[in-house]
Amino acid sequence: MKEAINFRLNGKPTSLEVEGDRMLLWVLRTDLGLTGTKYGCGESMCGACTVVVGKEAVRSCQFPVRDVRGKDVTTIEGLSKDGKLHPLQEKFMELGAFQCGFCTSGMLMNAYALLLKNPKPSRSEIIEAMDDNLCRCGAHKRIVQAIEGVSRN
Amino acid sequence: MEDREYNSEPNALERRDFIKMLGGGIFILFTIDDWPELAAQGRGGPSYPSDFNAYLKIAEDGKVTVYSGKIEMGQGIMTSLAQEAADELGVALESIEMIMGDTDLCPYDAGTYGSMSTRFFGPALRSAAAEAKAVLLDLASEQLKTPKDKLSVQNGAVLVTGDKKARLTFGQLAKGQKITRKLEGKAVTKSVAEFTIMGRSPRRLDAREKVTGKAQYAGDIRIPGMLYARILRPPAHGAKLKTVDTAAAAKMAGVVVVNEGGLVAALHQDPEVAAKALDAVKADWEVPAPAVDDATIYDYILKNFTQARESDKRGDLTQGEKMAASIFEHRYEVPYGAHAPIETHTAIARIENGRATVWIGTQGPFPNKQRIAEAIGFEPPNVHVLTPYVGGGFGGKNPAPQAVEAARLAKITGKPVQVTFTRAEEFFYDTFRPAGVVRIKSGIDSAGKICLWDYNVYSSGSRSSEQFYDVPHNILRTYGQGMGGDSRVHPFATGAWRAPGAPVNVFARESQIDIMAAKAKVDPLEFRLNNTSDSRMRSVLEAAAKKFGWKKAASPSSRGYGIACGIDSETYVAEIVEISLDKASGRVRVKRVVAAQEMGVVINPEGATMQMEGCITMGLGYTLSEDVNFKGGDILTRSLSSYELPRFSWLPEIETILVKNDEIGPKGGGEPAIVPLGAAVANAIFDATGARIFRLPLTPDRVKQALKG
Repeated sequence: MKEAINFRLNGKPTSLEVEGDRMLLWVLRTDLGLTGTKYGCGESMCGACTVVVGKEAVRSCQFPVRDVRGKDVTTIEGLSKDGKLHPLQEKFMELGAFQCGFCTSGMLMNAYALLLKNPKPSRSEIIEAMDDNLCRCGAHKRIVQAIEGVSRN
Repeated sequence: MEDREYNSEPNALERRDFIKMLGGGIFILFTIDDWPELAAQGRGGPSYPSDFNAYLKIAEDGKVTVYSGKIEMGQGIMTSLAQEAADELGVALESIEMIMGDTDLCPYDAGTYGSMSTRFFGPALRSAAAEAKAVLLDLASEQLKTPKDKLSVQNGAVLVTGDKKARLTFGQLAKGQKITRKLEGKAVTKSVAEFTIMGRSPRRLDAREKVTGKAQYAGDIRIPGMLYARILRPPAHGAKLKTVDTAAAAKMAGVVVVNEGGLVAALHQDPEVAAKALDAVKADWEVPAPAVDDATIYDYILKNFTQARESDKRGDLTQGEKMAASIFEHRYEVPYGAHAPIETHTAIARIENGRATVWIGTQGPFPNKQRIAEAIGFEPPNVHVLTPYVGGGFGGKNPAPQAVEAARLAKITGKPVQVTFTRAEEFFYDTFRPAGVVRIKSGIDSAGKICLWDYNVYSSGSRSSEQFYDVPHNILRTYGQGMGGDSRVHPFATGAWRAPGAPVNVFARESQIDIMAAKAKVDPLEFRLNNTSDSRMRSVLEAAAKKFGWKKAASPSSRGYGIACGIDSETYVAEIVEISLDKASGRVRVKRVVAAQEMGVVINPEGATMQMEGCITMGLGYTLSEDVNFKGGDILTRSLSSYELPRFSWLPEIETILVKNDEIGPKGGGEPAIVPLGAAVANAIFDATGARIFRLPLTPDRVKQALKG
């Protein structure tokens, strides 16, 4: 059954007429053309699909689209504002905190949610918050440094 | 590699026809002649002239474009190759455009693997850029009526010494030209002292796209009318389909069902509906009885690989045995390993006007173009493969079966089709790192010198097993081809996994070395230095030890320090680790890794360092946790919940050193540092506890078992 779902997507009011049990990931990627959010496993094990709903990082591959009703959704496409990159994006670029880049959107969104709730996380808080986001290339060291670099400022 | 059979292409264009297609400007065509095997693979590239396999173009607007069949999968060559071209040519890095992995635009390339891009492609590219600069100087000399020794190149323009007004940009020089040079021999390239862009670490060219979500991977291509396909899969490799019923799926709104030539699929414009439709397909399979499983595989390997290729023969093994004060005989085992890139195998195919266009996340656009052409019955020139960014490869994306499936389905349905493997499919169809067994018989004399080395590797291949210790009586026997070469024996596909075979060989060799050092009661670093005169190996061992703050002690010292070293892709690397070990749980934590690597001239130091860090972090997985469970052709490990990849909480302090050696050209960087990690950690466990583990991964259960003795 299709249902009307209204929410804010990257700051813009958005209305959808979709089956509410579809997963947010696929609605973003197919209906809305926002392909920065990635499919990696479909079972919440890798974090490549992480987006922020309200202030929470969620795994969009297992997040029914009806649960965004009335909420603010931020995806990687909404992390920069008016062409100005978020400090996390700047730091990731500066330190080379990525290789293939496929997990990067999820890493950034997960780190963004962490900093929303805890602007000055300790190293161990960063590691704990990021632990369920997987990176196969092994950019972990630089990702931690990048988040630390932003939280220090 | 298996790709070879696809390399011959009968209907290649003549060079003059190809040149006609290129338009105006200056072209330098070049081939990779430094490495005969690569050059041989590059010849006869589909639909391209046979005598070059890359080119560099200076367009009439001055734009510089490098066309290469190599691809970017995170290793950073998009940036480092551009640095090489820019520096030799005399233009800013930003003015280089890299076109990679496009089979219509780029000449043939066998694939991006083996840490070969910087090693073999780089020097040819540099020569081409230097040649282009020479052509531009010739043109400038003519137009300015100035001898060449009065000209210099700066930032995309030719300047005249002593005349500030005389200046011709590359665009002005290229305008109205149609100059084609085939690079013969090598142009004079810059010495390290002359580098201005090479040897530095500019921001990666892919950085902005990758942090903004704009970087496109194969699955991000959007084509109107595209259908997502989900394909019926067997429960096990070797299973045969007995009956299939697609009626329920076919009734679902908007679902297209295909059942043709063994390909059963449900397609829909919404991938979730396609998945539900596939769930509604009923199938009966005949599954063969399993012949082997993850427990019996090692004996199975020894039984099935009986033919040896001998190499590295020196001296007389009997004599070596006589010289020995102690003899050591051990067997080492490493299981199948999965690549598990975060981007699963993905492709999109569109067929229009008798031409197939296929976007693939692959390391081998050209071999896969050929496979697609054969599968859909097209002439190869009518198949166009494009390679967007690849979300991790590690050897697992040389084959692209999903692209063949997408192309077949596009042909059958008449619609553009995307095939993205689910994570379970990614495990099931992975070309696993082959399981391997190594048996070593070695000996040391009374002075602690290695006098005997009888090395036998089964199934996983000989890479990085060549002897660099000074052993008078030595042999290497390789049973089986390694990688994908023995498909009749393995119950499923195997293939190249980052430094194929090398982590297996180095785990075995460097464990054995440590065992001998411990018996001799000699510090493991000192034992290695005592037994190798190879100056490159000594340089990395000493550099790592210095950085680590190594203090001499025979193992087990209870400190939990481990050392290992190896050679891969002509690069030397030594790693020293410090671990902590919880005896109750058996859990090992790697606290610190110091790695020293000597890789000749370094084109991009940060890029090389990222590869080292990546190798070490990824290497924690094969060392501590990664293991493919299976029963015959049934892959039991099909999820990231059961195949545990390294995570942030595993992250050790990683310190890397690039040992300078500008005397030799650039060597491989993508793989070497993954090679010694398994042995270094196994040796650290021994150092901490006196317990030796002979099988990877070093899981808590194995640690506890080893502690019991």
